[in-house]
Amino acid sequence: MNASSADAHAAYVLRIADTCLILGQRLGEWVGHAPAIEEDLGLANTALDLIGQARLLLSHAGEIEGRGRGEDTLAFLRAEHEYLNLALAEQPNGDFGRTLVRQLLIDAWQMEIYTSLSNSRDQRLAEIAAKAVKEVRYHLRYSSAWVVRLGDGTPESHTRAQRAVDELWPWTVELFAADSIDQAMQQAGVGPDLASLRTAWLASVDAVLAEATLRRPPDVAQQRWGKRGQHGEDLGHLLSEMQYLQRAYPGARW
Amino acid sequence: MSSALGPIDDAWRALSGVPDPEIPVLTVVDLGIVRSVEFSEGVGLSVGITPTYSGCPATAVIREHIATALRAAGFASVSVHEVLSPAWTTDWMSEEGRRKLQAYGMVPPPRPRSRRSDESADDAPPLCARCASRATERLSEFGSTPCKALYRCTSCLEPFERFKCI
Repeated sequence: MNASSADAHAAYVLRIADTCLILGQRLGEWVGHAPAIEEDLGLANTALDLIGQARLLLSHAGEIEGRGRGEDTLAFLRAEHEYLNLALAEQPNGDFGRTLVRQLLIDAWQMEIYTSLSNSRDQRLAEIAAKAVKEVRYHLRYSSAWVVRLGDGTPESHTRAQRAVDELWPWTVELFAADSIDQAMQQAGVGPDLASLRTAWLASVDAVLAEATLRRPPDVAQQRWGKRGQHGEDLGHLLSEMQYLQRAYPGARW
Repeated sequence: MSSALGPIDDAWRALSGVPDPEIPVLTVVDLGIVRSVEFSEGVGLSVGITPTYSGCPATAVIREHIATALRAAGFASVSVHEVLSPAWTTDWMSEEGRRKLQAYGMVPPPRPRSRRSDESADDAPPLCARCASRATERLSEFGSTPCKALYRCTSCLEPFERFKCI
């Protein structure tokens, strides 16, 4: 593989890794603040799975890249524009309902992408995806149940859940938008045709929204390319907290 | 090496004494996370283990405990590496592991059976770990460690834990 295709490959894996990492960090913000101890545990456990997946994927991306960057360097020592997560993952938690709507949208996406990556020609990526999909199935059941409970709950919870769906929906366009890196990886047999995953994703999200008596908003144009490093102000605040220790005490271990 | 059984058997025996740090009633062998044990003179012992959950914080501790136990069993050179494929599921837990969990008061995962890939093994409610009643309900799909879910028995009113199935 020549240098530029290795870079595209590394970037492709980083995108999936960073989406796990940033979403995991977001969920971690709930620790000690969730509405009940069970949900505190639920969100923290989901975060832990996501960070575990991120570690495996970051290490793999670092190896493909071949410049000696390991999981910690990639997680803690990059600048904002070097993070390639989907913009949806960095959206602020808002209330509990908004967090769970965001979770549903990403869980359902991860189910599709991991299922398809478990047949990747990149064997290590396939192994990681086959492991992760088992965890995501569990997450999806949890987020689906909560979105149904809140959407089909009280007038207040319904209003808030609907608002979350309306506000987050535009960020889902990026999940299935392919750029040159996605196309190159599809041709190399590493990744799927992203657009083709949308039908199954939409079917699983639609089923939950319908049961939750929530309305699916109309599709709109894409906002930003998070996976090309275009981020909002929110990500900077998240990173300043996540990176603080390694920036203040470089190389700290415990 | 003092044993007549050979280094591989000695290693497995030592591994059978390494408890899981979160559920100490189970050993790493009961859990089904030891995937391979290889020995060659000169190179030493090489053990492959697979993580239960990608983010399980106990994985690093387990690695250390395994290396320590094997050194204590007389192996001078021990390396522990990670094997991801095939991915671990609760089907890898041994029969003895399931019995130990039940005796410990925690509901073991169902025995391996054929199930669709999109079907979870814990869709059916478990029997109460204490009174075996069928009248149980799930309190939380998650618990104090990545491998536990919380349940309650509506007959004897006791809460109990179930090994999370993936």
